[in-house]
This record gives sequence, structure tokens and C-alpha cells, in this order.
Amino acid sequence: MNFLITLIPVLPLLGFIIIALNYKKMIHGVASFIACGMVFISFILAVVVFLQLLFLPEDQRAFSVTVFDWIHTAGFSADISFLVDPLSSLFLLIITGVGFLIHLYSIGYMHDDAGYNKFFSYLNLFVFFMLLLVMGSNYLLMFVGWEGVGLCSYLLIGFWFKNTDYNKAANKAFIMNRIGDLGLLIGIILIFVNFKSINYHEVFVNAAEVDPSTISLIAILLFIGAMGKSAQIPLYTWLPDAMAGPTPVSALIHAATMVTAGIYMVARNNVLYSMSPAALQLVLIVGLATALFAATIAVAQNDIKKVLAYSTVSQLGLIFVSLGVGAYSSGIFHMATHAFFKALLFLGAGSVIHALGGEQDIRKMGGLKKHLPVTYLTFLAGVLAISGIPPFAGFFSKDEILAHAFAQSPVAYGVALLASLLTSFYMFRLFFLTFFGTPRASHEVMHHIHESPKSMSVPLMVLAVLSVVGGFMNVPEALGGSAWLNEFLSPVFAPSQGILELHHLEHSTELGLMGLVVVLTLAIIGIAYFRYVKGNQVPAAEGTLTGVQNAVYNKYYIDEIYDAIVVKPLFWLSKQFDNIVERLGIDGIVNALGGGVVKGSQVFRLLQTGSIGFYIFAMAISIILMLTFFVIW
Amino acid sequence: MLLFILLWPLLASLVLFAFKPKQAWVIAFIATAVELVASLVLVIGFDKNASATAAIDLPWITSLGVNFALGVDGISLLLVLLTTVLVPFIVLSAAKHSYTPSFYGLVLMMQMALIGVFTAMDGFLFYLFWEIALIPIYFICLIWGGEDRGRITLKFFIYTLAGSLFMLVALIYLYFQTPGAHSFAIQALYEAGRALPPGEQSLVFWGLFIAFAIKMPVFPFHTWQPDTYSVAPSQGTMLLSGIMLKMGLYGVIRWLIPVVPAGVQEWGLTAVILSVIGILYGSCIAIVQKDFKRLIAYSSIAHVGLISAGIFTLSSIGMQGALIQMLSHGILVFGLFYGIDIIETRVKTRNLAGLGGIRNVAPTFSAVFTIIMLGTVALPFTSGFVGEFLLINSVFQYRAILGVVAGLTIILGAVYMLRSFQQAMLGETNTTTAGFADLTGHEKLVLFPIVILVVAIGIYPDPLLSISESAVSNLLLIVQDFSASAK
Repeated sequence: MNFLITLIPVLPLLGFIIIALNYKKMIHGVASFIACGMVFISFILAVVVFLQLLFLPEDQRAFSVTVFDWIHTAGFSADISFLVDPLSSLFLLIITGVGFLIHLYSIGYMHDDAGYNKFFSYLNLFVFFMLLLVMGSNYLLMFVGWEGVGLCSYLLIGFWFKNTDYNKAANKAFIMNRIGDLGLLIGIILIFVNFKSINYHEVFVNAAEVDPSTISLIAILLFIGAMGKSAQIPLYTWLPDAMAGPTPVSALIHAATMVTAGIYMVARNNVLYSMSPAALQLVLIVGLATALFAATIAVAQNDIKKVLAYSTVSQLGLIFVSLGVGAYSSGIFHMATHAFFKALLFLGAGSVIHALGGEQDIRKMGGLKKHLPVTYLTFLAGVLAISGIPPFAGFFSKDEILAHAFAQSPVAYGVALLASLLTSFYMFRLFFLTFFGTPRASHEVMHHIHESPKSMSVPLMVLAVLSVVGGFMNVPEALGGSAWLNEFLSPVFAPSQGILELHHLEHSTELGLMGLVVVLTLAIIGIAYFRYVKGNQVPAAEGTLTGVQNAVYNKYYIDEIYDAIVVKPLFWLSKQFDNIVERLGIDGIVNALGGGVVKGSQVFRLLQTGSIGFYIFAMAISIILMLTFFVIW
Repeated sequence: MLLFILLWPLLASLVLFAFKPKQAWVIAFIATAVELVASLVLVIGFDKNASATAAIDLPWITSLGVNFALGVDGISLLLVLLTTVLVPFIVLSAAKHSYTPSFYGLVLMMQMALIGVFTAMDGFLFYLFWEIALIPIYFICLIWGGEDRGRITLKFFIYTLAGSLFMLVALIYLYFQTPGAHSFAIQALYEAGRALPPGEQSLVFWGLFIAFAIKMPVFPFHTWQPDTYSVAPSQGTMLLSGIMLKMGLYGVIRWLIPVVPAGVQEWGLTAVILSVIGILYGSCIAIVQKDFKRLIAYSSIAHVGLISAGIFTLSSIGMQGALIQMLSHGILVFGLFYGIDIIETRVKTRNLAGLGGIRNVAPTFSAVFTIIMLGTVALPFTSGFVGEFLLINSVFQYRAILGVVAGLTIILGAVYMLRSFQQAMLGETNTTTAGFADLTGHEKLVLFPIVILVVAIGIYPDPLLSISESAVSNLLLIVQDFSASAK
């Protein structure tokens, strides 16, 4: 078993190494076969491990494997060791399962790209680091995965590196994530200082003995890391720009897996968060703000991938809402269903872009329903799932979050509900503008339009099925289900339950809320239908927008604000350091002090115009003479 | 063995003059390779628990109490290893520049002096090697340097020499405090220093610290460095930044902290603050540099600042982090400066604005450079991460706020490295870079081992960390004993 667990991350690493070392010579088919194969075997292994866990008694559901000592010095120790429990096991299934589908899809999507082999090697490297992130049994190993996926994200956003804008987007993603990572790193150090250990197990067991305000500080610092990686306010602006990467990357990294790292981290540390009302409150507020804010931006975007990107930011916010009210397993549930339907939506968007020869503007789409039937139908499944129409996956998971928010506070519920309704609106806006109405693409483009190849459509279909039925893994008791996922995850969250009391709703209240959400959602879809299908409205061109529309369209000018208050001052300060403090200040003093000496030394310099060889020779000889002379003497 | 390691480069440098340039290069490489093997033998036979006592202790200038005393403990050994590993690479990297035999002679002489500095167990001998080390590098920069080299190398020479004079005065002062007929032996100086009242320890502290601070360099003693690094020939810059600046750091560990523990306790916070300022200051200035080499020079100030801050926390985690980071930094700056050397010899410029698109035409070079860059920004599983994590950890434990400020290096480092990488390597090619050739077999031979080291140390640093573990705890024991007895 230990060996199998170790193999799960090692196989994609192996795939990366093999492809990277031979990327110039390797035949494309071989590279993608290796890459897909490695992830597929990892998936099979993840299934095996998952089944093994299921057959164990509930309180023993965890495997731990130590591979080798990594850093071991001065009282600090971090091993390369893995922990597979229900939480990481679920992530393993999603990373390798959805990851495999996206690898498969990439075969078709990237087939004529010159960087084909490089692409697959990066994807495998990403899967390796992502697996490390969720499998590591200590904070530092999680940090390795955390930064490693950040690296892969950087490499893949800037995959088409000839484009300077893409490179800037990649830099932005990396640097912004680094800001979060500093918080995380300091958090880890603070954990080490207080617990003398960075292993999860020891930290969670001893958490009660540490001062609560320190625990709060740790939890908040860790959450700063999550803000970066999971694109929450104020560190979210990199994610929309990250859409510069090839679409499968957006699906895998920037929707289904990497951006959920922050969610994993908070869920993993549920004990610490449950002990700190302040930290939970922060998570809740940031989640709510992000969910709503990003949803409003998504309403006004016309780039198909940008809409999905803001949607991802918003949905992640919703998941943090769930974590913030202490409903950890509901958050993980939505993370899982979101991985299915958002990966599906991105891949569907990729299929559309692919068919239209690279077009991403929904104002230039329309009427694609009959040209791309598979994409259309699967995309519809995704849109219904994210909108929370029963019985699609998003219905169950989103509903759980809303119910928990309601139990916590009416304000939280109101905001989360509003964000959900906006989600339904912008998703159907996107859907109708893309697939309905009359085609707005040029004849040239419509002439070349084609449904995607099998390697692309099969993953779409599989993900569509998952988006339809995925919710059944956790049907709430109010609907007569058994909440299987909650049960499965309960050993991970059990320690929190003693600390944090979760409010539970009456089944009748819960059913009432469900009904309300579904009715409101249907009404919203109706509005979108009348606007974009019946009314044939198309979003206006940039120049004709009014003040508020303009602000939303321009994402509230947040990028420009950051530029003005952070980037520009940093460069200004650096220039002042360089030109004034350095040259005139410090070096000026040095030169003034040394001025006299330098003048005097000009004389000394005159002595050094002879043969350099002679000098060295003389020097060596004199050293030897000196040594021998004194020794004899 | 130790004596052989010290004297072998010196002997080799004499033999070199009998050869033609091309042959001299080969001989120099063979000599440094032999040196590397010898040092590896030393490492294998090394007893990790050995304390820093002189393995060789010959009476030398008996009238002055000077002994020819050499010895290694885990700390010295790591720095010897850094020297013997890097110098063969530096020689190899010089192939394209048709240097005369005297160049290689100077490099070897430099190696001898560096080994001497890292192994001297006598104050006078230490000072002697310290000064000898300056001479070859001065000539290397003066003769093979770039524009305006005369003025800049002179400034470098005088600045560092002036710093050393402070050290000389401090050492002589200590010498006269030793009992009886006076002695420069390390233990005697240790005891003399510790016996001083705190006020005098502070004076000695500053004497020694200024010398070391200039060598590293620590803010605000650094202004010779960017000019010198920029103007020096690439191999000179590699020697300076890869190895020579570690003399200053080593000096603090061996010849400052144990000598005047009370002075260090008094002024340690000041030193840490200066170091941390250097991190921010160096990083910020690096961001706005246009010359790639100068950018790396400033980044080096930032990295050294972190190392020095870690050392002055007087904690074992800081010391261990500093030592592993010294090795890592040596390897990484060698890689960076060699990369820049390759760019400069190919396209005759290292101005970032004139570069771009190299990745299109030289993918292998770009991949190698990427890994070295990742090491520099301390990505986990590269050598840079291990040290940086331990160092930030130590500074945070020392003063939390300083730890956070020092931690900004992980953000700022990413800013200047990614930006410069993008400007040089990414985007479309231009007329300058269109014909940029990918790595030659020879260049691969130099860079591939470097890249392997960067990753290997990042994944499995334990063997290196364990070499210095007990030496570090012995050293800190001295400081703790001292403060215990002071109370």
C-alpha cells in the first residue's frame, strides 16, 4: 500500500522528466501517451487507495507514508511524507480523474501547437505538485506543492511566450501568489515556533495548548496564502489575466484544481479555524465579498473565458462562505461539483474557441447550437449545474452552502443568494449569446466551423455526466438522502465539531429555501432568455457604455488602482534609491572619504605597469620563501 | 591532506607559465579537478563531531607567537568544498575568452588564498590569506575588466583594504591581550577577546565587523560592489560573488562571534537591521536595473543580507541556513553570471532592453536559465529554498517584525528575476537576438552539473546540513557559555 501511495505523485513526475528530457525529439503521440498514461495510472491507484479507505473502520481511515528525511537540522525537521485520509483521497480522485480527462482533451486541443511536448510535460509536472500539495503530511511539503503548482501556472499562462501580454500575465500571477505565499510561509514558521513541529498530526492534537490569539494569527496568516492561490479579494486580479494560457490549462489549473488549494488548506486546518472565531469571520467576509463582487463583474464581460474566470472567483468565494460558517464538508462538496462543471464549461468554451478559429468574444458568436451539437448539449449540462437547477450537481452543493449561511446569519444568506442568482444570469447570458440567435461570426469563420474531435468531445461527455449526477454523492437528509460525502469526510472534521457548534435547520425550512432559490433562478433564466434570445440583444461596444456599465466592464478599475498604489510607488521608490540614495548619498560619502586616499594612490598605481606574469611569479615565490624561511627559522 | 589542498593550487599556478594559453587552460582545469577530488577525500574522511582545532600546527614566526596553524571543522569544510567545487567550473567557463596563462595563475592563487582563509587557525595567518586573496582578484579585474576598470578596481581595492586595516588593528589589539609571550593562536585570541570588558568588546566588534561587512558587502558598505561586479570579467565576478564574499560571512562566524560575544550581543541587533535593510534596498534597486549583470549584483546584496541577518541571530537554525545558503548562492550566482556571460559574448550586450526572444532560438539555454532563476527565487525543491526558509525562520524567531520584512525578499526577488527573465528571454526575437545560438556542448558541460546541483541540494540537503551541524552547535555553545558566565 505504501508503495502504491508513493507511486501516485511519482508517476506524473516521471512523465514530466521523460518528456522534458526528450522534448525536442519525441514524437507528439508518444509524449501525450506517456503524459496521459501516467495520470491515468495515478487515477487507478487513487481509486484503489480510496476503496481501501472505505473498507477501513471510520476512525482508522488514514494512511501515512514516510519516504525520506528532507530538511533535518537545528531542531527543525520536515520529511517527505504522505498522508492519505478521506479529505486528501477525495482531492486525489479529482486531481487525477479530472486531470486525466483534461490531458485527453489537450491531445485534440493542442494538436498543431509547436510546443505540444512541452505542454504535456508541464501538465504532468503540475499534477505532480498538486498531488504533493494535498498528500503532504506536513505544512512545508504542502508549501512545496503550493509553490510548485504556482510555478506550473506561471509556465502555462506564459505558454505562448512570444506574446508579451501573456508573459506579463504570467509574471503577475506568480508575483501576486508570492504575496499570499509570504503570509503562508510566516504562518508555517509561527506554527513551528509554537508547536516545535510542522506535522499536521502534532499540530492538531496540541492546538488546544497554544494561546488562542496565536492560533487566530496562524489561521489568518495561512488564509492570506489562500487569498492568493484561490484568488480571493484582494489578491484575485491575477486569475482573469491567467486566461492567457491555453484553455485546458484554465480548466485544469485555474478552475478545477490549483485554485482549490486554498480550500483544501482551510479544510485541512479546520481545527485551527474552528478555534478562532475571528479567522472564521474573516474567511466568511472575504468569501461573501468575493462571491458577490466577482459575480457582478462577470455579468459585464464579453470574453467567454473572462466570464468563466470571474465565475470561478465568485464560486470559490461561495466555497469560502461555507468554510467561514464552519460547514467544511459542504465547502468540499461544492469544490468537487464545481471541479466537474467548471472544468466542463472551460473545456466547452475551448471547444467553441477551437471551432471558431480562436475567437473568444461572445458578441461574435451566436447560433452555434446546430453546428456544435455535442458542445452545446454538454455546455448546457454545465450551465444548469452551476445555476443550481435540480437535480444537477450544483443544486445540491450550492444549496447546502446557502442553507448553512442562512443558519448563520440572514445577511450572509442574502449576499450568497444574490451572488448565486447573478451566476445564473451571467451563465445563461453567456450560453444564449453563444449558442442561440443568429450567427454573428464572419462567413469565413462559419464556413470553417467544425465539431471537435473525439479526444475533446469524450472528456466533455464524461464531465457532463458527472455534472448531472455528481450531486448525488451528498443528497441532504431533507430530501431523503444519506449525505454520504459528509459521512465519509466526518473523521477529518470530527475534531472541529467539539469546538464549533453548527446550527442545523429544520428540514421544512431547508425545503422552503430550496424552493425559493429554484423559483428565483428560473425567473432569472427567464429574464436572460427574453433579453438575449427573444430580444436578440447583443452587448454594446465599449464606447457606448454609461458610467456604471463602464466601471463594471472595466472591472471597477481595480487593476489600475493597484497599479497606482502599489506598482508605481514601488518603482518610484526603487528609482529614488538607485539615483539619489545610492549614487549621491552613500557612494557620495564614500567617494568623498576616499578622495584623498585615491589621489595618493595614483602614485602607487604607477608601479603596476610591468608584466603581470612577473608579478604573479614573484608573489608565489615570495610566499613560498616566506613559508620556508619562517619554518626553518 | 589539508596542506596539500592549500598548496596544490599554488604549485600548479607556477607550472602554468611554462605553457601556451590553450594548454594553460587545460592544465588549470586538471589542477582544479585534482583539488576537487582531494577535497572530496577530505569530506569523506571527515569526522562530523570534530571541533575546530588545528590539524597542522607548525611554529612559524615564533618571535611573534605566530603559528602556521590550519584546521577544519564542519563550517570550514563546507566553504572549502564550495571553493573547490566552483573553481573548476570557473576555469571551464573561461574557455571562450582567450586568457593568457597568467589569468589562470591568478585564479589558482586566489583559490589558494581562499582555502587559506577558510582553514587558518591563527589570527595572523588568517589576516595574511585575507589580504593575499585581494591581490589576484584585483589584477584579474584590472587587466581583463571592462570600461573604466582602472578607477573602479582601484576603489574596490582601497575600500576593502581600508576595511581590512580595521581588522588588523582589532587583531593586534587582541594579540596584546593574550597572556605571556602573546600569541595569535585562535584559542588564545578567543580567550583574550572574551575576557575583555563589554565596552572594549564593542570596539573590537566594530573593527572586525567593518572589515567583514565591506567584504560581504552589507548595507551601507556595499557601494564598491555593483561597479566592481559589472566591470570585472565574468570569471572575476564569479570569484567575487561566488566565493570571495563568503570570506566576510565566514569571518563573522569564525572570527567575530566567538571572539567578542558580548560585543555581538550588544551590536547584533544593529547588524541584523543593517542586513535586513540591505535585503530591501538591494532588491528594490535590482528592480530598476537595465544592465543584467548589475541587476544580479544588487540581488546579491539582498541575498547576502539575508544570510548575514541569519548569522547574527546567533541561532543554530540561522547558522545552518546561512551555511547551506552560502553554498547555494555560490552555485546560483555562478550560473547566473555564466548565463549573462554567454549572452554577452554572443550578442555583445547585456542591456535588458536590447535583448528578448532568446527562448525562441535557444530553448536549452533558456530552460537551464529558468532552473537557475527558480533557484534564485527560492522555489521549493531548489537549493535556494532550504537556506532561505531556515534563514527567514531564524530572523522571525529573533524579531518577528524583522522576519516579516526579510521575508519580502520572496516577493521582490520574484519581481526582479521574472521581469529580467522576461525581458531577456521571452517575447519575439529582435535583430540582436535572432541569430542567438543555443548552448554548445562545452557550455552544457558546465551548466548541466550546476542545474543538477541546484535541484539535488533542494531535494536532499541533509548530507550538507549534517556536515556543519555539530560545528555550529559547538560554536553557539561558546556564546551561550559566555552569556551564562556573564550572569
